[in-house]
Amino acid sequence: MAGSSAQSINLKLKVWQQRGPKDKGQFLEYDAKNVSTEMSFLEMLDVMNEDLVKQGKEPIEFDHDCREGICGMCSLVINGSAHGKDQAITTCQLHMRRFKDGETVTIEPFRAKAFPVIKDLVVDRSAFDRIIQTGGFVSVSTGAAQDANNLPVGKEKSDRAFEAATCIGCGACVAACPNASASLFVSAKIAHLALLPQGEVEREQRAYGMVHKMDEEGFGSCTNIGACSASCPKEISLENIAIMNREFLRGSLTHRK
Amino acid sequence: MNSNSYFCSTIGRKQLVGLTGLALCGFVLMHALTNMLILVSPDAYNKYSHALVTNPLIYFAEAILVLLFLGHIVIAIGLTVSSKGARPEKYHAGASGVKAGSVVAKNMWKQGIIIAIFLVYHLITFKFGTYYKTTIDGVEMRDLHRLVVEMFQLPLYSGFYVFVMVVLFFHLSHGLSSSIQTFGFHHPKHTPKIEKLGLAFAALVAVCFVSQPLYCFFIYKG
Repeated sequence: MAGSSAQSINLKLKVWQQRGPKDKGQFLEYDAKNVSTEMSFLEMLDVMNEDLVKQGKEPIEFDHDCREGICGMCSLVINGSAHGKDQAITTCQLHMRRFKDGETVTIEPFRAKAFPVIKDLVVDRSAFDRIIQTGGFVSVSTGAAQDANNLPVGKEKSDRAFEAATCIGCGACVAACPNASASLFVSAKIAHLALLPQGEVEREQRAYGMVHKMDEEGFGSCTNIGACSASCPKEISLENIAIMNREFLRGSLTHRK
Repeated sequence: MNSNSYFCSTIGRKQLVGLTGLALCGFVLMHALTNMLILVSPDAYNKYSHALVTNPLIYFAEAILVLLFLGHIVIAIGLTVSSKGARPEKYHAGASGVKAGSVVAKNMWKQGIIIAIFLVYHLITFKFGTYYKTTIDGVEMRDLHRLVVEMFQLPLYSGFYVFVMVVLFFHLSHGLSSSIQTFGFHHPKHTPKIEKLGLAFAALVAVCFVSQPLYCFFIYKG
């Protein structure tokens, strides 16, 4: 995206419209005129929806919440890229100055069998919640809070765990992966907890349970393409996927049920 | 089999594809290096080939090779099919730039199909091809060198062979380092080196294989 230094631009929008999970869906073409380059992408869609409502038409549904890149609610595949072409941002952090005047912008939902479309650009990402429910937590009783110095954590490990923990669970990794694999998301959760003493206790059953759940939900498998990490708003590293691979092997070897 | 078994999981199957792939890497490296005897002399080439096929362990080795190839192919097909099914509705606009990911990695299955077709054709051409006879040091043996030279002097066959070796180069260049990642090893310092090693390995194998048709076509004057 070369971007624009003009105050306002005109765009042609091709927006995916789908009435429900079973509907075939189609593109709605829309002329967005005098789009302020200072607006965010979602604000541009807000304006478009206001226009559609004024015309008596149904607005296009899309997901959003915090609009500051931390909640993981906004999605959208813009011109073929999850969260747009720029790296390390979510759709709500994408600004209209990044588009050229007269450009055609194609907006699609995150597409994956495990993320069925609810309506238009809104997809059901509850498969992620179900994966978390199979082990993405620490369930050991820790009692009252103890002195922090009683539980030493190396700086390097805590940094790596924290990097993995920055995953906001938006699903861009699934959307970007040509295999619709959830490996980056699942591995970030597995690595985050396996690297810390509190989570280490349940590391085997966690990896075992979460990976099998990921497969059961219908996500594809990882072939180390790297589109996930490149599309991740939090730049989660592929190193986490390697951690998940070995944690799963360990979990499979030690699983007793 | 229990659906929660290691061998039913995507990661378990990926690790098997990686393991069989690594073993096959060892095979192609040996194959490529020993083929370089063609640059030494026809006798050296034929003697090595004779020593291989008359070794009683050959049947055992061939059985293992067939299992490795079949395992690698069958498991990879299963994974590819389920991954394709994981996105029933394709994107209408394609990603570009870094967010599109590695082109080589995305097309591993296509490269695999080309290599598998070539493999069958390759066996028909050479292993089960014309049996010329020759006598070296009083021992009657197959003149495989003659058949190889004959084939590589056909422009169409040589062209096809070189094309497949380029495809093999891409397949190995991703496959070797990718399998290490799949086994669970990734390190900010060592992974870039492993990737370079994979690239160098793929280049070595491809250069050795491609040098044969080039030698037979342009240099060898029987």
